[in-house]
Amino acid sequence: MERSTIDLWVGLFVVAGLGALTILALKVGNMGSLTGNETYSISAQFTDIGGLKPRAAVKSAGVVVGRVADISFDGDKFVAKVTMNVEKRYKFPKDSSAAIRTAGLLGEQYVGLEAGGEEAMLLSGDGIKPSLTQSAVVLEKLISQFMYNKAAEGGSPK
Amino acid sequence: MVEIIGVSYSYDRRRPILTGINMVVPRGKVVAIMGISGSGKTTLLRLIGGVMKPTTGSVIVDGQRTNELDRDGLYRMRRRMGMLFQFGALFTDLSVYDNVAFQMREHTDLPETMIHDLVMMKLDSVGLRGAHHLMPSELSGGMARRVALARSTALDPSLILYDEPFTGLDPISLGVTRNLVRKLNDALGSTSIVVTHDVQEALDVVDYVYYLSGGKMVAHGTPEQMRASTDPLVRQFVWGEADGPVAYQYPSRDFREELALV
Amino acid sequence: MFNRGAIINFRGVGHHTVDNVLRLGFATRFLVLTILHSGTCFRRMHLITRELYYTGVLSMIIIVVSGLFVGMVMGFQGYQTLKTYGSESALGVLVALSLVRELGPVVSALLFASRAGSAMTAEIGLMKTTEQLSAMEMMAVDPIARVVAPRFWAGVISMPLLAAIFSAMGVYGGYLIGVVFIGVDEGSFWAQMQSAVDFREDIVNGVIKSVVFGIAVTWIALFEGYDAPPTAEGVSGATTRTVVTSSLVILGLDFILTAFMFRGI
Repeated sequence: MERSTIDLWVGLFVVAGLGALTILALKVGNMGSLTGNETYSISAQFTDIGGLKPRAAVKSAGVVVGRVADISFDGDKFVAKVTMNVEKRYKFPKDSSAAIRTAGLLGEQYVGLEAGGEEAMLLSGDGIKPSLTQSAVVLEKLISQFMYNKAAEGGSPK
Repeated sequence: MVEIIGVSYSYDRRRPILTGINMVVPRGKVVAIMGISGSGKTTLLRLIGGVMKPTTGSVIVDGQRTNELDRDGLYRMRRRMGMLFQFGALFTDLSVYDNVAFQMREHTDLPETMIHDLVMMKLDSVGLRGAHHLMPSELSGGMARRVALARSTALDPSLILYDEPFTGLDPISLGVTRNLVRKLNDALGSTSIVVTHDVQEALDVVDYVYYLSGGKMVAHGTPEQMRASTDPLVRQFVWGEADGPVAYQYPSRDFREELALV
Repeated sequence: MFNRGAIINFRGVGHHTVDNVLRLGFATRFLVLTILHSGTCFRRMHLITRELYYTGVLSMIIIVVSGLFVGMVMGFQGYQTLKTYGSESALGVLVALSLVRELGPVVSALLFASRAGSAMTAEIGLMKTTEQLSAMEMMAVDPIARVVAPRFWAGVISMPLLAAIFSAMGVYGGYLIGVVFIGVDEGSFWAQMQSAVDFREDIVNGVIKSVVFGIAVTWIALFEGYDAPPTAEGVSGATTRTVVTSSLVILGLDFILTAFMFRGI
C-alpha cells in the first residue's frame, strides 16, 4: 500500500482516538469544571459525617462550589474535622453554616454551605463555627426516633 | 578468503554435528560443500556466516576470527557477505523491487534515484527486470530464487553463500541458476561457497569440492578428481548409488525377527 | 508413586513449570531487547506508522461496533435494573463508569488480542518459518529492531486509543438506547454522568489500564511469534497461545490494577 495512504489512515485513527479521549474527558467526565480553578481551604467540625467521603461535593444553593479535601478525626474534641477546598471566586461570610446532606434519598452525601449574614468573609484556613454545623442524618437514629415517637403516641392517653 | 581450522560444533554435549573440519576457500573461487542430508553442511554454512560460533577451532573470514567478533563486528562482516537461502526467503510484505532495495536503504544513504538504477541493474543481471513490481507470492520458485540472488548481491559482496540453491528447480531454472552462480562470482570478483547435494549441477560449475559425511570432512578435490575417485563413500554420492557405505536401511532389528518368523 | 501411573504426574508438572519459568525469563530478555533496540524505529517513524495501520486502523471496525453494542446492551440492562430502585436517571452514570473504568480497557484489550495480537504472532512466526528473519540477520539488519520493535510501539500506542474509542462508542450506545429509544431524561443522563465520572480517578485510570494491557498483549503476541517452532503446527499453536495467554493476563492484571486504583472508592 502507498505510504501516503497509510499515513492518512493512521492519522485519522490517531485523531479519532484522541478525539474519543477528549470527548470522554469533557462530556462524560467533569474535567471541564475542575481545570484552572484556584481554591482556598476552610474546615468544619461534625459530630457524625455519615457517609461523607473525600472528593465529595461542597454545594451551596445546589451548585458545586468546591470539593472535600480531607476528613480526619480530632482526638481532643472527639469530633470529625472536614477540610474543604472552595473555589476562590466564592466567598462565604464568617457565620455561614455547613450541613452534611444526601443527594436524593439514597444518594451520595455532600456538604451544603449556607451563607450567613456577616460582613467579614471566611479566609483560607478558617473554620466554620462548630455551633453552625449540622451532622449527617443517620438512618438508624431516624428510625429509632420514629419508633420512639410512635411508641410515645401509642402510650399516651387519648 | 575463508579458512576453517579444526572446527567442531555440537549443539549439546552428546551429539557432535561437526568434528575436526579443515577447509580453505581461496579468493575468487567457487567452492562446493556437498554431502547427504544431515551431514552438517548447513551448520557449516551458518558457522561461516557467524550465526553460530564453533565449539572448538576457528572460522576465519577475510582475516577475522568469527568467535572474536562482537555483534557490531559481525554485522560489519556480514555487510560484505551475501547469503542465498534455500527457498529465497524474500520478504513477503515487500515487492520484488523493495526486496532488492532493502539492503541499500538500510545500510546506505543513497538517494532513491540511484537506488532505482542499482535495483534495475541487479534485476537485469538475473533476467527479472520486468518483474520488479510483483510481490513474492506472485513469483514461481525459480523466479523467487533469482530475485533472492539479486537481493543478496545488492551491495556487491565479496563472499556469497548459497544454501541449497538448486533444490526443487525445474531443469531450465537449474541451468539458469547454475550459470548465474558462476557469472556473478566472476563478474563481482567474489568468492562463492555453495552448499548442495545436487551433484551434477555443482560439479559442472565449481572449482573445488569438499565432501562431508557424518560431520567429518571425508574427501575433497577438483570436480574431475571427485568424478574419478575410487573411495566408496565418494563414489556412492557422486554416482547416486542406492546402497554402499551409507546404508539403505535405517538401523533396525533383523527383518525375520520383526516378522516373527524366527 | 512418581511415575506415569500416578493420578498427578509430578515429574511432568515440575518439568512443565521449569520450562515455563525458563520461557518467562527468555520472554523478559526479549522485551528488554525490544525496548533497547527501539532507536531505529523512532528515527524512522514510517516503520511504526505502517504497523499502526495494521494494528490500529484495521481494528477500528470491530472496536467501534463492539463498543456500540456493549453500550446499547448496558442501556437496556441498566435501565431494567435501575427502574426497580426508581433511579433511571442514573443510567448515564452506570453506563459511563462501567465503560470508562472496566469494560473499555478490558474488552477492547481482549478484542485487540484476538485480532491484532494473533495477526502479529502469525506474521512473525511465518517470517521465522520462511527464514526471512535469518535472511535479515545475514544482511546485517537486526530483526528485533526492524520487525519487532515497530510492532511493539504500534501496539502500545493503539491500545489506549482503541479503548477510548470503545468507551466513547459505548456511552453513545447507552445514550441511543436509554435516552432516544427508552426515554430516560436527556439532561439528567448527562448531568449525573458528568458529576459522577471524575477525570483523574476514572478516565486517567482507565487510560493507564489500557496502556498496561497494550504492553502486555503486544509483548505476548510478539514473543510467541518470535519463539514459535518454525513449522505450520508451531505457528498455529503459537497463535492460539497468544490469544489464550493474553486473555488470562488481561483479566488478571485488571484485577490487580482495579484493586490498586479503586481502593478508596
